Amino acid sequence: MTSSTAVDHVANSDASAGDTSAEVAARPSPRTGNAVAALLALLVISIVVVIGLGPVVIPPDETARYLWAALTGGRIDADEVTTYQIIWQIRTPRVLLAAIVGAGLSAVGVAIQSLVRNALADPYVLGVSSGASVGAVAVTVAGGLSALGIYAISAGAFLGAMAAAALVYLVAYSRAGVTPLRLVLTGVVMSFGFQALMAVIIYFTPDSEATATMLFWSMGSFGAATWGGLPVVAAVVLVGVVVLHWHGRTLDVLTFGDEASTSLGVDTIGVRRRLFVITSLVTGAMVAVSGAVAFVGLVVPHVVRIVVGASHHRVLVVAPLASAVFMVWVDLISRTLVAPRELPLGVITALVGVPVFLALMRRRGYLFGGR
Amino acid sequence: MDLRLDDVTVAVDDNVIVRDLSLDVPHGQVVGLIGPNGSGKSTALRCIYRALRPSRGAVWIGPDDLSTLPLRRSARSVAALTQDGGTDLDFTVAETVALGRAPHLRGNQPLSDRERDLCRRAMAQLDVLHLAGRGMLTLSGGERQRVFVARALVQEPQVLVLDEPTNHLDVRHQIELLSLLRGSELTVLVVLHDLNLAAAACDRLAVLSQGRLVATGTPADVLTADLVRTVFGVAVSVVTHPLTGDPQLLYSLDSAPSSEGITT
Repeated sequence: MTSSTAVDHVANSDASAGDTSAEVAARPSPRTGNAVAALLALLVISIVVVIGLGPVVIPPDETARYLWAALTGGRIDADEVTTYQIIWQIRTPRVLLAAIVGAGLSAVGVAIQSLVRNALADPYVLGVSSGASVGAVAVTVAGGLSALGIYAISAGAFLGAMAAAALVYLVAYSRAGVTPLRLVLTGVVMSFGFQALMAVIIYFTPDSEATATMLFWSMGSFGAATWGGLPVVAAVVLVGVVVLHWHGRTLDVLTFGDEASTSLGVDTIGVRRRLFVITSLVTGAMVAVSGAVAFVGLVVPHVVRIVVGASHHRVLVVAPLASAVFMVWVDLISRTLVAPRELPLGVITALVGVPVFLALMRRRGYLFGGR
Repeated sequence: MDLRLDDVTVAVDDNVIVRDLSLDVPHGQVVGLIGPNGSGKSTALRCIYRALRPSRGAVWIGPDDLSTLPLRRSARSVAALTQDGGTDLDFTVAETVALGRAPHLRGNQPLSDRERDLCRRAMAQLDVLHLAGRGMLTLSGGERQRVFVARALVQEPQVLVLDEPTNHLDVRHQIELLSLLRGSELTVLVVLHDLNLAAAACDRLAVLSQGRLVATGTPADVLTADLVRTVFGVAVSVVTHPLTGDPQLLYSLDSAPSSEGITT
């Protein structure tokens, strides 16, 4: 458009614009690096502090000493065994589960919103959670999977989730692959179907255990956390987040539409299928142990984008960490505010998250999908 | 690198949109694809950036049949300005332009210094460097269009196809964009609606009507009053540009014939 000398002149004279572009076009800026370090530190501190809080309050330094002893096989006194049990057997797995599920939900939320190009999408929009509820309730009512012992219900929930995801994918599939809108519509519609199915099962088996199971799965809770169940979900979430992050640039490209994506060398049909499998597996693993915790996977992605921008390379690092910290504290409120009863997690995530989101959206003029 | 469409036919559900289209774009030339709405121009371009697969025939890039190349490979040779491209997320202009490197990079591999320099130069060429830190959702249509052209240049393609690149652009940026294409080494196939701009910017023109190629040649050969009347259903006077010698069309609002040829 301009001659080459003029181009050089523009590039050199406009130093400020040049710096901006150099910063945002490339590697994570130092600012993002600092934010990640700060969030990591905050996460570790939060975990230690929150493990110490509850009906029995233990100061953070004591908690740290117990945790250190547990991890390194150190010695504790005989009269400390009860406290140690509370910390290590009951609270630690629960707090860690909260952190893991928090991280996973927001990472999956970020990916799904770009995958289906919809601001209202969350990890459950593709029917995974309602499928999990059906699976869990079916196992509670009909038995089965008893070989798996205490993990039978979780296994049922996971199988239900996977079956639902597969069904949604197959129904949404057309010759042109799965288009975003078809996928969302199919997921939403079939969720209603799964919920109806669950209601029918519960209606015909007036069994309080089935009702409790359904409530647990539709509200979400970390109350069932055990050391036994933790490694599987931790591994799935960790691998899932790393793989999604590796797809960061591809997710960036996908949001520009299928034609532009193709012209940039992204095989939209194949990528969507791959991401659908990954997000379904991660969501299914989380739902199987904690039920469907609402709101986090929908709103944390937006909040994080408001703060760090849209680039998935950054969002998929910051969102999981921020969301892990958030979930750890939300779970603390859930189990202490009206103890010994527990508030549903979704209630607290919404009560805290809604004002934060609205305030940020108004202040930053957040844009999603145009002005 | 030459671009060659060889007997390309595109049919969707028995509905033939492009029929037996053969077209050569020799290395370094700018060829304009013109024709009324619905004549198959965008469909032809889609086959080149592979959003569509021809039902019959093939698209050749140099020695390669496109359909034999992996998508990432062909995106390194062919860049496109598509008609979609809106995003819901507020990427900055610099981030958007940098995505042009996607076919060259694996996973989250960061941009090299050379690539960042490339992005900066493309933004300067398209006059969007001053917008580098701005969000895409805050731009006007014309600014966004220029950002997408910059992204296509950053792909470092040999072949560039553009679907109505002058859409939304003001007259200065229209002329700047087309002279940029002319001055580049790229092999360019561009869909244009402004026939006068097409005559000025293109080495050759190809005219599509109802999915068929009806004329091809230099602007002076193609843009006759006769052809414009039969293909577009508009009566024009053709004059010669006093400075460049290009044919230019003069329209008059009263001269629209009552023919059924207008498909707008």
